[in-house]
Amino acid sequence: MSIFKYASPSTFYPLAGKIAPWFAVVAAMLGAVGLYLGLFRAPVDFQQGEVYRIIFIHVPAAWMAMLIYLVMAAYGVMALTFNTRLSSMMMEALAPTGAMFTVLALWTGALWGKPTWGTFWAWDARMTSTLILLFLYVGYLALINAIDDKKRADKAGALLVIVGSVNVPIIYFSVKWWNTLHQGYSVATSGSSMDPSMRMPMLVMTFACWAYAIAVALWRVRAIILEREKEAAWVANLYVASPPKTSGARA
Amino acid sequence: MKARHKRFMWIAIGLLIIAVAVTLVLRAFNSNLVFFFTPSEVAEQKAPKDRTFRLGGLVTAGSLARTSDGLTVKFDVTDTAKTIPVTYTGILPDLFKEGKGVVAQGRIGTDGVFKASEVLAKHDENYMPPEAAEALKRAGHPIEGKVFAGQKPVVTQASSNIKP
Repeated sequence: MSIFKYASPSTFYPLAGKIAPWFAVVAAMLGAVGLYLGLFRAPVDFQQGEVYRIIFIHVPAAWMAMLIYLVMAAYGVMALTFNTRLSSMMMEALAPTGAMFTVLALWTGALWGKPTWGTFWAWDARMTSTLILLFLYVGYLALINAIDDKKRADKAGALLVIVGSVNVPIIYFSVKWWNTLHQGYSVATSGSSMDPSMRMPMLVMTFACWAYAIAVALWRVRAIILEREKEAAWVANLYVASPPKTSGARA
Repeated sequence: MKARHKRFMWIAIGLLIIAVAVTLVLRAFNSNLVFFFTPSEVAEQKAPKDRTFRLGGLVTAGSLARTSDGLTVKFDVTDTAKTIPVTYTGILPDLFKEGKGVVAQGRIGTDGVFKASEVLAKHDENYMPPEAAEALKRAGHPIEGKVFAGQKPVVTQASSNIKP
């Protein structure tokens, strides 16, 4: 059962600690490059002027909000099928980051919407379904924290996230299926209606957000592992064999 | 069949059932999910008559006119098939432009004029520097934006008859 080797918290804990800093470094570098290209190098838009630059945060954030939810749903399926504790821990570690990106997408969208559309908020299908996504994240976190029995909390949380995953295609396709105030796709597999000089910084920022999300989730899952496995012998050995490391305490 | 295969199967079946149920619900509520009605839909009597609704489409080029009080504007909203005249008193959003997308909330009068209480700009998915837009225009390929689902691409410059 070699594929399950790192499904054990005791083997995953040191692995996560080793790779997380690398993702953090990549995130910081890509973020700096992406922001520089986006805010200083990319040309102004022919219709919107400078205000369009919100896309360098807004679009990656919205993509991450949907992607992280799908990753959580995949971990939910694994948690329920294989009964792996680590899958549930990963869900718990990802949820706050996903919620953060959803808030960021809604917030930057509102800031951009006022000068361009003329309103902060409209109840169109894209925005409403994204707000539901935020409620799903918050609902998941509330649910798992409301149930004392961790095993039952994990099961309920996994079920909620899996059921809620039907919302993600609704968000994504909403601009195609219905008349929305939100514009359609600018970037698609079939081609892009965005100038390469604007698309490139946006993609760099997207990868920066990916790396950031991975780094933060790994650090958070280490804390969750320690908290949940505190009775396990291997956790005790961590501190007996060597003095408590500052990185362990911080993570 | 192992226990975990069975559990996976149940999850897959469950998710499938939920997806089908949601699809049916969304189809049933389809008319309530549209943010706006197009002029063609209004002409087909699909829009509500007794209450306010949103009208969406493109502002017909050359139709924008201001009345003497300086605040009331008149323009036509078209989806290239049907056109509806709109009046609105208030401040227009920055991106409001002839040939560009617009979503107006209000109700339609007996005279067929849509009296808007709120006007929002709906812009398309095109992002490019001004020079690129200018170059496209000069080459006779003005930007074509699709502002609403199912809309035929509209050449925003009336002068051009060349399609890319």
